Amino acid sequence: MLQGHQSWVFANRPTIISTGTVVGPFEAQGPLVEDFDLLHGDLWLGQNSYEKAETKMLEEACEIAIKKAGLQKQDIQFFLAGDLLNQIISSSFAARTLAVPYLGLFSACSTSMESLALGALIVNSRAGNHVICGASSHNSAVEKQFRYPTEYGAQRPPTAQWTVTGTGVALLSAQGEGPQVTSATIGRIIDMGLSDPYNLGGAMAPAAVDTIVAHFRDLGIPHEEYDLIATGDLGRVGHQISLDLLRKHSVTLSEEKYTDCGLLIYREDQPMVFSGGSGCGCSSSVVFGHIINRMKKGELKKVLIVATGALLSPLSYQQKESIPCIAHAVALEYREGGVND
Amino acid sequence: MSNKKKKKLTPIQQEYHSLSKNSEPKRPVLVNVLHAFLAGGTICLIGQGVTDFFIWNFAFTEKSAANPTVAVMIFISVVLTSLGLYDHIAQWAGAGTAVPVTGFANSMASAALEHRSEGYVLGVGGNMFKLAGSVIVFGVFSAFVIALIRTVGTMLGGA
Repeated sequence: MLQGHQSWVFANRPTIISTGTVVGPFEAQGPLVEDFDLLHGDLWLGQNSYEKAETKMLEEACEIAIKKAGLQKQDIQFFLAGDLLNQIISSSFAARTLAVPYLGLFSACSTSMESLALGALIVNSRAGNHVICGASSHNSAVEKQFRYPTEYGAQRPPTAQWTVTGTGVALLSAQGEGPQVTSATIGRIIDMGLSDPYNLGGAMAPAAVDTIVAHFRDLGIPHEEYDLIATGDLGRVGHQISLDLLRKHSVTLSEEKYTDCGLLIYREDQPMVFSGGSGCGCSSSVVFGHIINRMKKGELKKVLIVATGALLSPLSYQQKESIPCIAHAVALEYREGGVND
Repeated sequence: MSNKKKKKLTPIQQEYHSLSKNSEPKRPVLVNVLHAFLAGGTICLIGQGVTDFFIWNFAFTEKSAANPTVAVMIFISVVLTSLGLYDHIAQWAGAGTAVPVTGFANSMASAALEHRSEGYVLGVGGNMFKLAGSVIVFGVFSAFVIALIRTVGTMLGGA
């Protein structure tokens, strides 16, 4: 169980038996379009508010994951989810529809891995057989809350990132076939005193590095252990900084094996993307869509996901507070034909 | 960041600040200024065209044509905002679309659109001036200060 200072090793290897990913129109134009289960052409999803649209996406993702696993809603013991809106309304309202015992989480954009780590902890300790973990974000709902109205003409700097409209959930089970959750490292809050909400990648990079270093230290494994290490949403700016910092900590990762979900989800020439994607939905849709698919195809065996979160609020930013950041890491492993029993 | 704020940071934080500053792509200030000049100039040119149209076709003087001109510019801005085009133009134009009256109209129209989902009173009514409010507050306040200076100046000069 607890290994080292801040890591959990899951001896019973909880398995991701199915996933559900739903994304919006802008993400559907990106390079990972084949990896998502459901694409929406309309940001509103036929609802009368962006908040309701986000709830709908999360509901759909859960339904897809449950259906793919051949289960019923009643078979799910716990639902662990979070999002970026005030009082995590999207997750709570989706949980109302799902009618499954629910734990609401908030860890900004790192909620995807916080939920997966906690879900794995529940399944590993046999406190539940089937647990759904996930996170969602909606570009317009997030912009409305954190920045300006969507149609307001404010010029965005090149360090800005584009919040992903998307959601990804994973169904964890004690038995079954699929990628297994082998370990998790819970991050500390790292605050380097940066306060620019248009450069979150730069603010979050040290948190990602701290968690990666802690993960290798706690588990005592070589840096070449993983076929891929993917951070959540550092973007181009944060990705480069984190690479520099890792080198300073003498963690040598080859550049092909170190990537960022915010860089994967959009094409470089998509308008308004700038530094890359961000948001809860960024890491959750990319990991539970794209990366899990690659693992199932046999392209990747061992993967470490380091979801990064900037724990600011519009209020704290206006009060000139710096941005506290966090990163949670979860290690996944896929053994072909390896059925967990 | 001001020096005062920098002093509060630990040495490690300061070191990181300079590291992250180096990796940040700079804002293309010169290009932005040029874009703002061209876009702002184009908006003024259109405004001038509208003014001339009113003067030539109707019984307006140069002074009285200002009001209908502003109304037309605001209308164009609101239509572009509603069609979802204004924010894309603004990303290119920057201050060029923010400073003229069209930017003010955009700030109100976009806030009204955004908060329509919270109803007419608390949503649209309560949030319409969310961005424009501070412009009005400081606009009125500076006008008051200027008027005060002028009045005092005239009184002293007149005495």
